[in-house]
Amino acid sequence: MEVEYSGETMTLNMGPQHPSTHGVLRLELKTDGEIVAEAVPHIGYLHRCFEKHAENVDYAGVVPFTDRMDYCAAMNNELGYVLTVEKLLGIKVNNRVRCLRVIMAELNRIASHLIAAGTYGNDMGSFTPFLHCFRDRERILDLFEETCGARLLYNYNWVGGLMFDVKPGFEDRVIEFVDYFEPLIADLNRLLSHNYIFIKRTAGVGILPPEVAISYGVTGPNLRGSGVKFDVRKDDPYLGYEEFDFDIPIGKGEFGPIGSCYDRYMVRIWEVKECLKIIRQAVKMLTPGDVQESIPKRIKPPAADVYMRTECPRGEMGYYIVSDGGLKPYRVKVKSPCFTALSALPYMARGAMIADIIAIIGSIDIVLGEIDR
Amino acid sequence: MSEYFKDIGRTIVTSYYSMWVAFKHLFTRSVTLQYPTVKMEMPERTRARLFNKIEDCIGCGQCARVCPTDCIDIQTEKRGKEEPEIFASDGTAIKLRTYVFDIDMTLCCYCALCVFPCPTLCLVMTPAYEYSVYDKRDHVYHFAVDKPLTAKATKEPQSTKA
Amino acid sequence: MESIRQLLQMIPRFGELPQSFQIFCALLASCVVILVLALVCVLYLVWMERKVSAHMQDRLGPMYVGGWHGWAQTIADALKLLLKEDIIPAEADGLLYRVAPVLVFVAAFAATAVLPFGAQSIVTDLNIGVLYVVAITSLSVVGIIMAGWASNNKYALYGGMRGAAQIVSYEIPAAVAIMTVVILVGSLSMQDIVRAQLGGIHRWFLFRNPFTFGAFFVYFICSLAEVNRTPFDIPEAESELVAGYHTEYSGMRFAFFYLAEYVNMIVVAGVATTLFLGGWSQVLPARWGPQLIPGPVMFTAKVIALIFVQMWLRWALPRLRVDQLMYVCWKVMLPFAFVLLLGSGFLAVYWK
Repeated sequence: MEVEYSGETMTLNMGPQHPSTHGVLRLELKTDGEIVAEAVPHIGYLHRCFEKHAENVDYAGVVPFTDRMDYCAAMNNELGYVLTVEKLLGIKVNNRVRCLRVIMAELNRIASHLIAAGTYGNDMGSFTPFLHCFRDRERILDLFEETCGARLLYNYNWVGGLMFDVKPGFEDRVIEFVDYFEPLIADLNRLLSHNYIFIKRTAGVGILPPEVAISYGVTGPNLRGSGVKFDVRKDDPYLGYEEFDFDIPIGKGEFGPIGSCYDRYMVRIWEVKECLKIIRQAVKMLTPGDVQESIPKRIKPPAADVYMRTECPRGEMGYYIVSDGGLKPYRVKVKSPCFTALSALPYMARGAMIADIIAIIGSIDIVLGEIDR
Repeated sequence: MSEYFKDIGRTIVTSYYSMWVAFKHLFTRSVTLQYPTVKMEMPERTRARLFNKIEDCIGCGQCARVCPTDCIDIQTEKRGKEEPEIFASDGTAIKLRTYVFDIDMTLCCYCALCVFPCPTLCLVMTPAYEYSVYDKRDHVYHFAVDKPLTAKATKEPQSTKA
Repeated sequence: MESIRQLLQMIPRFGELPQSFQIFCALLASCVVILVLALVCVLYLVWMERKVSAHMQDRLGPMYVGGWHGWAQTIADALKLLLKEDIIPAEADGLLYRVAPVLVFVAAFAATAVLPFGAQSIVTDLNIGVLYVVAITSLSVVGIIMAGWASNNKYALYGGMRGAAQIVSYEIPAAVAIMTVVILVGSLSMQDIVRAQLGGIHRWFLFRNPFTFGAFFVYFICSLAEVNRTPFDIPEAESELVAGYHTEYSGMRFAFFYLAEYVNMIVVAGVATTLFLGGWSQVLPARWGPQLIPGPVMFTAKVIALIFVQMWLRWALPRLRVDQLMYVCWKVMLPFAFVLLLGSGFLAVYWK
């Protein structure tokens, strides 16, 4: 909506403590009545000096810290870091490690998207899908808990392998979960995604055209919601993703211009279906083996620097590691996908109403732990 | 004009579907566990409170070295030649006397990196998750039982840092 | 009220007092009875809402307080609210801040005076009963604006303004939908409307003619907006404005707003039952069998059914945005209400 602002603007602070800002985000809104003239995000309330900590512990000790950045999708964070260090060291892992890593990453992607969908429904006023999503997510967390002992922050992906091998019967339990969950997506759609009130709230709001999205550097479901077919798993594959058969869903713009909040939300729901496909194929590809055979006794990489990117549920996460030849990294820099998505918020928020700001923040699915690190 | 009626129709139909799903769930079983009368079975690999079997500890300090948050504090001294030889349960000789072995669970990040390097596997993560206390200092667990013999100036054990 | 007056006659020498004083005492007594009933009902409605929402969300709700499924939970919550510290913001407008919750509650509660629970169970059968209800429930708008303004809080102000706009706009289609029934009955008195529907389920206005069938849905949806229930709960949108116009209230003052919301639900469901579902009339016509269920029980059952539907809507549907809410009111509800009124008018004139 392009509107001319004639009157005085009122500064409204959606402060760090707010039920809908998905973490400690401070939004300074200049509003004219209900319409927002300008939205300036202020971050840093959750800064925990991850990159400084990473310089003081050895390579294996950084993994628990990477968990805690994007705490909703810890397996994917660990995976990114571990793949970067393995690239630096030149380690190749065996097929069992590779398939288990894929299964865990995709399960965590489903869990993360369930949080995104549930909390988005909560912001929109529909409180029931939140509970349903969390009920299903609990089953994923049970699977993780029996494997590595933790429900949210795993420390499971280690440099060169995994912490534990999965328990016998894990493949059956995973397939059981996949079979249980697939029909429930239709239920969630009927309850929330296809509800016309929800569609009216989200379609046509927060439009991010594809060129603007690319120029801001937005990645992940936010970019795919704008219609750009880009996914690191297909365009720059790692972990053997080229062997899996899955689709990249993009926003279709069926209820309004492409790149709206509704498109981004639906991309996440369609991605969950694709994750289920990948998990089924990965379980079939599992071969017996030792998950700890490639773990080096002491991680002392050569003095070099390396960059590696992976597809996290929130976008493309990149790790840039500079090593000086010692036991501890010299510098670990993280490229956080939510940070770039949040930087596009002022663009999307021009001309929106306050209720729409909530819709936009929910649709870009930010986790402040990753933005502030 | 037809858009107007289509909108209204779509709203009514989709609202009906949402209400139907919500109504269906009125009759499904609840997934709530009535904690604390009913507790969930914790899997055996659950990572909760740390426990160290001090009789098996050889005082190597590998766990403290590996901990990313420095929550384990170990202070040892060499056992004298005249003292009897003691062994851990798996036969390893214990050459050091550990007189301070403190684990501060408020610093622990439950990563279990300390469990793996232990040569005698005496440090484990137990499934005990109900250990809230009234004083923060009670979260520092003192596992050592020996007392230091030589009069070396020992640095303040972690327990007094409240 | 009359029955209470008969009851009071049992007190020795009561019958000798002047007539107007007797009526005054009877009215006072019936108001106290209604107040107590309404408050007890509200306690159980809050419990019912928590249980209904919990089971729709696959969880259990209150289970502990009082033993069986936590039936005493609301009593415990009310006690807690009473014991809370009464915080008044320093910059708040003192008098307005204190009066606002009282006004909202009084507006809601005063409307229960004309709800016909049974043939004789009504506090007072005003001959302008329907008009009285519509007028008194509008008083809550004043209370909401006062609450929003006096809190000295931008969020509360937003909530208050939105609330006022919403309630005032939705009164019009609601009143027009009520007119649909009043035209057919020819009287504004609540008991007259119920008596026009006696004689079985086919005589209820819901099923009698297609125009009042539509008017029921128009009235029900508009009444949801009057009560600020989802999908129209923008003024108290928990996730957007923290808590809207009652952000700054704590303790018993907050409890007043909360009670007022539930009493409003009872009033609105009561009016819908009286007008469209036959009030205290029976389901079966008189000639099919004995009228076993007493009037108040029928009325209560219908009111609880409607309240259940209100709760069901709250937990199933997302929220409408403010401008969409206004669009629905002025461009959808109002034209439909007018068309239904026209149709009902035709029927009233040409088809007795």
